[in-house]
Amino acid sequence: MSGVRVLVGTHKGAFVLTSDGKRDKWDVSGPHFAGWEIYHVKGSPVDLNRLYASQSSGWFGQLIQRSNDGGKTWEPVGNKFAYDGVPGTHQWYDGTPHPWEFKRVWHLEPSLTDADTVYAGVEDAALFRSTDAGQTWQELAGLRGHGSGPRWQPGAGGLGLHTILLDPGGNGRIFIAISAAGAFRSDDSGATWQPINRGLRSQYIPDPEAEVGHCVHRIAMHRSRPSVLFMQKHWDVMRSDDAGDSWQEVSGNLPTDFGFCIDVHAHEPETIFVVPIKSDSEHFPPDGKLRVYRSRTGGNEWEPLSRGLPQSDCYVNVLRDAMAVDSLEECGVYFGTTGGQVYASANAGDTWAPIVRDLPAVLSVEVQTLQ
Amino acid sequence: MIRVELPAHLRILAQVSGEVQLRVGGQVTQRTLLDALESRYPMLRGTLRDQITGQRRPFVRFFANAEDLSHESPDAPLPESVATGAEPLLIVGAIAGG
Repeated sequence: MSGVRVLVGTHKGAFVLTSDGKRDKWDVSGPHFAGWEIYHVKGSPVDLNRLYASQSSGWFGQLIQRSNDGGKTWEPVGNKFAYDGVPGTHQWYDGTPHPWEFKRVWHLEPSLTDADTVYAGVEDAALFRSTDAGQTWQELAGLRGHGSGPRWQPGAGGLGLHTILLDPGGNGRIFIAISAAGAFRSDDSGATWQPINRGLRSQYIPDPEAEVGHCVHRIAMHRSRPSVLFMQKHWDVMRSDDAGDSWQEVSGNLPTDFGFCIDVHAHEPETIFVVPIKSDSEHFPPDGKLRVYRSRTGGNEWEPLSRGLPQSDCYVNVLRDAMAVDSLEECGVYFGTTGGQVYASANAGDTWAPIVRDLPAVLSVEVQTLQ
Repeated sequence: MIRVELPAHLRILAQVSGEVQLRVGGQVTQRTLLDALESRYPMLRGTLRDQITGQRRPFVRFFANAEDLSHESPDAPLPESVATGAEPLLIVGAIAGG
């Protein structure tokens, strides 16, 4: 019997939502780690019962939790994130040098081939890897050390490394993104890195086409075409057909091209989803109408998807890690809001229904397809 | 035995209820007490003091005998009443909210 497991991180705990393949009746488990911020929960594609969760609090710092039974039970594992060598400085908001200081783990990305290997994107921005199921963490220091690190500057939410994409081709290629430094690529399993921001244009920085300094919010790819990337930037939706060497804007007819999340249909590599947000100072949907926009042409031509979503007086946000898709025959799409709703569509966005309405603010949504 | 009262979130994390009781070898200081606490409850590592710098987290305070010990040297002896177990060391998270 097929089914799905939706892993939800919220401002005050984690929740696990499960359903069969019809995706119309849901079991809700949680809160796990009640009272703690759960920036991200993600499962290993190698072992569906192996989950990793980032648990943090302003009082007690960062913890990493691991589950070996699909989220029924958890155990804390290693939480020592030590920058390699002398951390050095990045830019502070006012342009002055500021020491690199570990604050939290924003994103956990389990390996595509080994359930015990997992990557962590952290604030202040760095990439760590564990090869012992989260017990110990080592920085992939070539990222911060490649040269532009002292020029990185935090976005409003901090200098967070929030996106990690592992190329499924077994070529050691990794993409990451940092707010507000931009996107970077490694072709050697994380040893060395290069910025991949050519074609991005950000009018809010002194040099709109700078090598680094762009506030990339999210990047997505389809497994079948890992050289094609889709990006939701602070403003602008972008695509690259050459693994990030160059980018073209595909915002097209979106009502606003500001937003946080972006994802790709599980079976249609040119079908992508975004949630337009009014602006960087008004973090809610235009006109109080919550609408997902879908492009079946890889961008530029977008259609609003609103059936089942609130179309008046809705002023929630959808954060960068809060959208995911399943890979059932008819692709399911999921997203969570800062108002505590998690919406699901079992038909690629044509219609929507809430799974839950009243969770704490949703920080992240991931989906596991259970076959 | 030395007595330690943890904040609620950390009692859940350490899977304890009520006070924690510890044996601390040698002089009882914040450092030796926290070393003993983290040795017995490894999941607490990093929650009270930074694992790299060893510094107390900013929103964590230490009290005993109604005195704030948060700013004492980590290597200063804790009060006799804590060392003998007559009084618990209270580990308190800052109150936040409106």
